[in-house]
Amino acid sequence: MSGSSGRRKRKIKWSKLYSYGCFRPPYTVDSDPSQQLLGQPGFSRVVFCNEPQLHKAKPYKYPKNYVSTTKYNIVTFLPKALFEQFRRVANLYFLLAAVLSTTKVTPFNPISLIAPLVFVVGVSMTKEAVEDWHRFLQDLNVNSRTVKAHVGDGLFIEKTWQGLRVGDVVKVNKNEYFPSDLLLLSSSFEDGICYVETMNLDGETNLKVKRSSEATLDLANDQAFSDFKATIRCEDPNPHLYTFVGNLELKNVTHPLCPATLLLRDSKLRNTDYIYGVVIFSGPDTKAVRNSTRSPSKRSRIERKMDLVIYLLFSMLLLISLITSTGFAVFLKSEMVEWWYLSLQDNNPFFIQFVRALILYGYLIPISLYVSIEVVKVLQAMLINKDIELYDEVTCKSVQTRTSNLNEELGQVEMILTDKTGTLTCNQMEFRKCSIAGISYGGNINKIDRAASKRMNVEVESYRFSMDECEAASQSFEMFEFSLADVSAEKAALAGQKLVQNSSTECSRISSVEGEPAIKGFNFRDDRLMNKKWSYRSNLFDVTMFFRVMALCHTGIPVEGDQNHKLKYEAESPEEVSFLIAAQEFGFQFFHRSQSIMFLKEFDPSSGKVVERKYKLLNLLEFCSARKRMSIIVSNEDGEVFLLCKGADNIIFDRLADNGRSYQQATTLHLSNYAEDGFRTLAFAYRKLDAVEYDKWNSIFTKAKTTIGPEREEILIEASEIIEKDLILLGVAAVEDKLQKGVPECIDKLAQAGMKIWLLTGDKKETAINIGFACSLLRQDMRQFHLILDKESATSNQLKEMKEDILNQLEGFQKVKSEEGNKDTPLALIVDGKALEIALRSDVKAQFLPLAVDCASVICCRVSPKQKALITRLVKEQTGKTTLAIGDGANDVGMIQEADIGVGISGMEGMQAVMASDISLPQFRFLGRLLIVHGHWCYKRISKMILYFVYKNIAFGLTLFYYEIYTSFSGEVLYDDWYMALFNVILTSLPVISLGVLEQDVSSEVCLKFPALYQQGQKNIFFTWSRIIGWILNGILASLVIFLANIYTFSPNAFRKDGNVADITHLGAMTYTCIICTVNCQISLIITRFTWIQHLFIWGSIFIWYIFLFFYGALSPAISKRGFRVLAEALGPAPIYWIVTLLVVVVALLPYFLHIVIQRSFYPLDDHVIQEMKYCRKGMGDNNLMWEREQNNSVMMTQIGFSARVDARFRFMKEHLNQKTELIYRSVTSRPIFRSLTSSPVVVD
Amino acid sequence: MNTKGDKSKDGESSHAKKKSRRPKYSRFSQQELPACKPILSPGWVVSIFISIGVIFIPIGFASLLASERVVEMRFHYDHDCIPAKYKDDMIAFIQSNVTNKNCTRRLPVTTKMKSPIYVYYQLERYYQNHRRYVKSRSDSQLRSVSSEDSTDNCAPESFATNGQVIVPCGLVAWSLFNDTYKFSVKNRSLGVNKKDITWKSDREKKFSSDVYPKNFQSGGLIGGARLNSSIPLSQQEDLIVWMRTAALPSFRKLYGKIEEDLEAHDEITIEIQNNYNTYSFNGRKSLILSTAGWIGGKNDLLGIAYLTVGGMCLFFAICFILMYVIKPRPLGDTSYLSWNRSASGGQFNF
Repeated sequence: MSGSSGRRKRKIKWSKLYSYGCFRPPYTVDSDPSQQLLGQPGFSRVVFCNEPQLHKAKPYKYPKNYVSTTKYNIVTFLPKALFEQFRRVANLYFLLAAVLSTTKVTPFNPISLIAPLVFVVGVSMTKEAVEDWHRFLQDLNVNSRTVKAHVGDGLFIEKTWQGLRVGDVVKVNKNEYFPSDLLLLSSSFEDGICYVETMNLDGETNLKVKRSSEATLDLANDQAFSDFKATIRCEDPNPHLYTFVGNLELKNVTHPLCPATLLLRDSKLRNTDYIYGVVIFSGPDTKAVRNSTRSPSKRSRIERKMDLVIYLLFSMLLLISLITSTGFAVFLKSEMVEWWYLSLQDNNPFFIQFVRALILYGYLIPISLYVSIEVVKVLQAMLINKDIELYDEVTCKSVQTRTSNLNEELGQVEMILTDKTGTLTCNQMEFRKCSIAGISYGGNINKIDRAASKRMNVEVESYRFSMDECEAASQSFEMFEFSLADVSAEKAALAGQKLVQNSSTECSRISSVEGEPAIKGFNFRDDRLMNKKWSYRSNLFDVTMFFRVMALCHTGIPVEGDQNHKLKYEAESPEEVSFLIAAQEFGFQFFHRSQSIMFLKEFDPSSGKVVERKYKLLNLLEFCSARKRMSIIVSNEDGEVFLLCKGADNIIFDRLADNGRSYQQATTLHLSNYAEDGFRTLAFAYRKLDAVEYDKWNSIFTKAKTTIGPEREEILIEASEIIEKDLILLGVAAVEDKLQKGVPECIDKLAQAGMKIWLLTGDKKETAINIGFACSLLRQDMRQFHLILDKESATSNQLKEMKEDILNQLEGFQKVKSEEGNKDTPLALIVDGKALEIALRSDVKAQFLPLAVDCASVICCRVSPKQKALITRLVKEQTGKTTLAIGDGANDVGMIQEADIGVGISGMEGMQAVMASDISLPQFRFLGRLLIVHGHWCYKRISKMILYFVYKNIAFGLTLFYYEIYTSFSGEVLYDDWYMALFNVILTSLPVISLGVLEQDVSSEVCLKFPALYQQGQKNIFFTWSRIIGWILNGILASLVIFLANIYTFSPNAFRKDGNVADITHLGAMTYTCIICTVNCQISLIITRFTWIQHLFIWGSIFIWYIFLFFYGALSPAISKRGFRVLAEALGPAPIYWIVTLLVVVVALLPYFLHIVIQRSFYPLDDHVIQEMKYCRKGMGDNNLMWEREQNNSVMMTQIGFSARVDARFRFMKEHLNQKTELIYRSVTSRPIFRSLTSSPVVVD
Repeated sequence: MNTKGDKSKDGESSHAKKKSRRPKYSRFSQQELPACKPILSPGWVVSIFISIGVIFIPIGFASLLASERVVEMRFHYDHDCIPAKYKDDMIAFIQSNVTNKNCTRRLPVTTKMKSPIYVYYQLERYYQNHRRYVKSRSDSQLRSVSSEDSTDNCAPESFATNGQVIVPCGLVAWSLFNDTYKFSVKNRSLGVNKKDITWKSDREKKFSSDVYPKNFQSGGLIGGARLNSSIPLSQQEDLIVWMRTAALPSFRKLYGKIEEDLEAHDEITIEIQNNYNTYSFNGRKSLILSTAGWIGGKNDLLGIAYLTVGGMCLFFAICFILMYVIKPRPLGDTSYLSWNRSASGGQFNF
């Protein structure tokens, strides 16, 4: 079998390759005191390996491996969901009203109260149910993944995840997720190690090594498990990811187990063909599940404020109910006894009247508001989901709004906390540029320079124009132009522009920024190196060595199986993979590795042929974060021993030999260029060792390697220090942590919209800063604050010292900030996870947070998932700003749940982030459109909608109250029951829904052109208390106008030519007509964009009222009662009915109309002006300039993002140019000829 | 459909499976429906105000004119028609069975009144709209003989002392107004037509011609008028008028029509039977003679309101014209954008 042979071939003992890191001294029982805890409470779990049937009964019955993230199940749904619903005060009120309406107290038909309540609660609960159903489906999807499990006799068959039991032995293959927490028994590597990717757990992208216990190493194939039996005693389920205590009893021998033997659910097997493991913790017991928290139900800011508005209305309701009941009591006592026509027998108590009034005026509290908002939000969410622009062609996914509660919150985001890997970047490295022997390859013009120079050209053009008029200076300008062309390489921007136009050969030197690279991981174009052309370069030896370092200094392995002899590689970090691929492209193909020999296929420039070369691997000094370098010692076929080293530039530069610094200056310049582009750089160096020196060192090193004890690592580091010196610098290679498509543009837009972006990443500082540059979160002219614990306080681990250290640093920053306060230098803060932990303590955060919030961008590196959540919470609570967290992995779940809005990236495999999120996006780049277009729209829609709702219910509800004043507060209703029931359901609902779903102040393109419009939402100017009060007043006014106009024109005189007078029915229908017309016309003043739908709904609603009234009146009087023929017979033919309607509508709307006219004419808001600009633009074609100018103006204050960076660069270049012209001008004017020319008139004078 | 729709179709054919999840293009789902976006430009504002003015002022004049044409005579008789010796105890007078409640007064006609002249009685401080009162009736009983017994809401006027059902039951009917008026001019009596003073629908559908009053006002307490039990309800127009409960505590109800013109300077003699007790609750009674125009009865308010609003709108139009001239803001003036304004200082959040 080819598979098994391949496996055999791959059985390499990695511990032999590695100098240290993997190699640990044997673990002994007495070395770990925690072993003694076993059997104690909290450490009582017993697992019988390979005997899952023993776990079917107590006391060893453990839960199945089924993981549920749903909120409800079939039984608990009804009580739980009902409880949730009636936790809303308004709903409780309506429930009470509905219950009371079945008693005699009610002023109207119980159905008109119960039906809407059932509808409201029903809709909300259906929504809950549907959302929970989706969660259930997702669970089902996860739980029905399959894994190979042992069923006896060495037979492994596919089993679903949920079918696994504790004690099952499973086999997990490469790139599969672990179905539960497993104990690693053995792996495809001989020494039982395996690599896992824990990105979903902690966001770290580098692979982690897990190692099985020595005792189980021999379980290397399927057959070995046929009679395998062992007992594990270990800790009880807990949420701690990094601890594990347990032991394994195998054949009556106890072996201790350490955390390195535990494979956690949600992590992934990498670089290892397969592993065998036994399930210890299943389903809800797994650490990953224990670590997750239930997603809290979130409510938007507007909705929370709406609650306050509801309370306000509620107190208004209480007040008028109190007035009504008091009035009633007073009338009853003082006068009503005299009203013989009532023949009063019983005294209605005050309380009953109060309750009756509460029910009667219930229209003030818009019950339908909740339904309408739910309906609107679902529709809004549907429209967002359907947006083609938010559809990703690559992953075939589009935006999913998982909870529609937060649509409008999307329009108010001020803070974005974003994860790095998988969110901004694709977790894929690309070889982009290199500097070999002091020459930079791969192009040197970046996007920013190009964009800035483009704008510069415009400037130059206009400049030239003005200069032409002045003849004297024209000559000097030519000189200037000339001088500009050969400004140093950095200012080759202008020249670059010309290059692009002129020569096509030169063009290829510019590495393409757009477009996918042909080879994954290799995005490098430079004719000087490609296609073996490097062999024509000078310094050939150094170039060759450079490629050799790239091809040899790594821990990767080649993977076979690709057409045209190109290999794929696997390594611990994606960086190494990209180097290996690049080396292969340049003609140094690393194609095989044995225990001690590395095989290369090298292109030999002298013969022009590809030759195979063997390099004997002597030592490998592994990379670690403290050393920041990695070296390999090899001897070639000629027996020459080389030390090849790659590492961080400053580390390498420190260790250069005096004769190895020939390229240092040029390389440093390139390094800073690369760094500003956001590339990750590694410097390459080598050293030739003579055999004696090597042997001497090797004995020291071997001794160090075999040391046992805590100081071992230090000794090893010291030992490697001895050999890693006197290096000769070859150059640097720049790899790009590849950003996802459209990320810089999106960040640019978000920044222009006034959002602050914080980058929270588990990665190390350098990487984070690189990405900061790549996304334009950082730029060169920013003042960077680095908040990092210094080594002393970090190692001492004394809280007090650390605190002091942080406080000192913060004070220093504050000082710098206040000194530079006026200079508009944008600030950037870079915080380390450990420092952050201290800075977020309650007594320090008061100093830390204001500073952090003031910074244009904040980058937090090395933060744990918990810290991410903590930062999010603090930022949210302390600043009171709306925060949005976006991430893709399980390590972002805490942050996503904690933020006001959690966004999950659904592009990657893991679903945890998406499951916890409120909205899932296929890619980061969609965030811009989601917020700036949909968020903006939804915010405006919902706030307008709520305000209108309040208005309309006040306008209606108060007329009921006014009428009470005229009925001695008896509780008589002016309107027919049916009119009341229809008010919110049919007659006014559709227009407001169309407002909530379709309203647009400006179109989506304009939204994107003017991201600054988004700030209206951040400032919340559409839902301020002044607006709310304004609308309430408007409602009161409208109700007064409607009511008074009707009662005074209709009573007591006749209203028709035939002398008939109006009775309660006519007045009711009349007043109600006015209400319907007024509120529907009011909404037409609010809406700024009328499609046929709005027209249909608004005018249709009014029309439907007349239709209803007509047909209602046409029914038999037994049904229509008082409404019988009210329109056809009484009102319709009376001209006064129509005239009064017109009057009331105009008078009731006049104040609002005046308000908007004055506002528009003299205090226009941004959206008004932009609407007008757009409107004017239609007529005139030449407004483009103004349009663009305003676009630029609107983003003037932006400090981060691509455009801001271009601006900064542009300013820089302009300054440079000014200096230059000044210089030239001075040199021209100081010339004697010029002086004589200009000074001559003076002489005459 | 348009081009975008076609594009998505092309895609569908190329890789059908992938495309299945792509949202379908429609102008609705992409929120690109054609729409009109009216902008309140100064031109619009001024023309809206002017057009409101132009529409409202003629309507105002027309209604005022119509109201002016209506002639209305009003006579408060509740105090006048109490004999002097009962002035201090009006309740006793009205409740007594023996007092003579006839009362004759003469009223001058100031302006010519064209027929039909409507005769109304007006009650004030009379809460016909009280919840209990309004409810105290049985429409089904009035509608058909078969549901004579449905008197659920009628208490305490559901059953007579003999235990039989009262038709029409309830407080509304029980408290039927019972003052009567007779008119004469120059000693020639004026006929008061009491036919067709109700809504046709009431006579035909709501009050049955088969239902006759039964046991009405037979109890201990007599509320108001009695009904002739040989006339079906559909012809008892006074009752029908009364049963249309008024919306407000001051209300008029139609008593009848005088179908003769009254000349100016005529003097009408009115004979009033002052039976109805409004004294116990300080209510007021008056008699009204009024003509009616297209606007109904006399109603100056409507005309005045129209004129005021129309005038105000014209005024606003002028104001805005002036303001636009004095302090013009060109449409789309970019200096009003917040970012341009914040640069120069103050920021408005109107």
